Amino acid sequence: MTGKNRQNYNKNYIAYVHSFDPPTQHFKNCFRAFLVGGLICCIGQCMREILEKAVGLYGDELSSAVSIMLILLGTLLTGFGVYDRIGRYAGAGSIVPITGFANSVASPAIEFKTEGLVYGLAAKMFIVAGPIIVYGVLAGTAVGIIYLFL
Amino acid sequence: MQTIYFDKKPRLVATGTIAGPKECAGVVGKYVDKTLTDDMFGESTYEKAECKMLTYAIRQAIRNAEAKEEDVDMLISGDLLNQIISASFAARDFDFPFLGVYGACSTLSEGIALAAALINAGYYKKIVAATGSHFSSAERQYRYPLELGNTRPPQSQWTVTGAGGFFIADMGGCNSRLAVDCATFGKVVDFGITDVNNMGAAMAPAAADTILAHLKETGRGADYYDLIVTGDLGALGSRILKDLTWEKGVEIGKKHVDCGEIVYNVIEDEFQGGSGAGCSALVFGSYLFDRLKKRELNRVLLCATGALLSTVSSGQGESIPCICHAVAIENV
Repeated sequence: MTGKNRQNYNKNYIAYVHSFDPPTQHFKNCFRAFLVGGLICCIGQCMREILEKAVGLYGDELSSAVSIMLILLGTLLTGFGVYDRIGRYAGAGSIVPITGFANSVASPAIEFKTEGLVYGLAAKMFIVAGPIIVYGVLAGTAVGIIYLFL
Repeated sequence: MQTIYFDKKPRLVATGTIAGPKECAGVVGKYVDKTLTDDMFGESTYEKAECKMLTYAIRQAIRNAEAKEEDVDMLISGDLLNQIISASFAARDFDFPFLGVYGACSTLSEGIALAAALINAGYYKKIVAATGSHFSSAERQYRYPLELGNTRPPQSQWTVTGAGGFFIADMGGCNSRLAVDCATFGKVVDFGITDVNNMGAAMAPAAADTILAHLKETGRGADYYDLIVTGDLGALGSRILKDLTWEKGVEIGKKHVDCGEIVYNVIEDEFQGGSGAGCSALVFGSYLFDRLKKRELNRVLLCATGALLSTVSSGQGESIPCICHAVAIENV
């Protein structure tokens, strides 16, 4: 088989393979993501209340402190080998919050440490997070320009 | 013709196998030579651990064959890592020639077939064919860092941490009754699957192509064999293989077993089962080899399947070409 026949045959085969795809369990996935994502946000909010009442931080300083603490938490859980298990259960629930971003930077850092501190750890630290940063900045700029003219 | 026959009946004398803790919890646990409690195997990196496992499997195969290392004429080996480093690095520990082969997860049957061909031709007398894989090194090369908190799709498989060495010798040099009867070299088959998480569906057409060619050329029916063993199609791939062969009028359902499908007790996220070069080497080298030795099985067609992709090719949107080589192993 060559050319057009081959293409049609492949198309049929791919459709046949897709017929085996298990249906995505949207409700279950959303519920788990809501549960874990919500829990992470609750932890963040608790930190915020405590820092506000006990330490007396406010405004930008308060938000930064909370972010820093959550990043530390995400990184620590990654180092202890717990975060990937949470991620497997929660899906987007643990990827979207800032702890997920910390995980995406810390996990390649651990992984590539064996290839050296410069070309391994440092260079490959952003293989997962890099695209998020690039397109995050790009999207931010685009929205900023639109906002300027509105 | 894709099939070659070994009239001098080279013998499969012994195997040496080693596997990680997760694999040993399954069906192969009782039969492997060494069970690892720690998948680092006392090394500092997963790559070194994989290489050490392969070295162990080669050495253990020679020991189980009651041969000496200086008697071995050649090592034929390959693995999944870039530039087959595990195999080449394992080979530097041995004082005999080395042929590096790459057929992804089909390396096992390619190695056994080449070894049998070299022995049958009379060039060599004793050859070790070996291959292995490691979950953590494969994951890092092909997918994401281990600690990244992402989810695995339900079509995915779990790379086996394990290695197997196979000692093959000429008929005169041993008392084994297990012969390599013939081999069918496969064509590269590509049905246009691009999803790297669905290896079973990509490889099933290659397996079907080689099995059908083998049965047609040898004139044997599927009933001739006690088992038709595929390497790492997984549960989904096995089902597709049965459909594809059935479509051509060959019923292999009752005889077919997939190493990937049986290797794990599914407890974590293995989903479709095991994969990797170590999968067929481990299951065939331990569990199935034991049953062949005890004559509970007499004729087995080993068809290890391999997906010949790289991270570059899949990044560029290429589909996944696959291959499958078959070797028939019989009690004589």
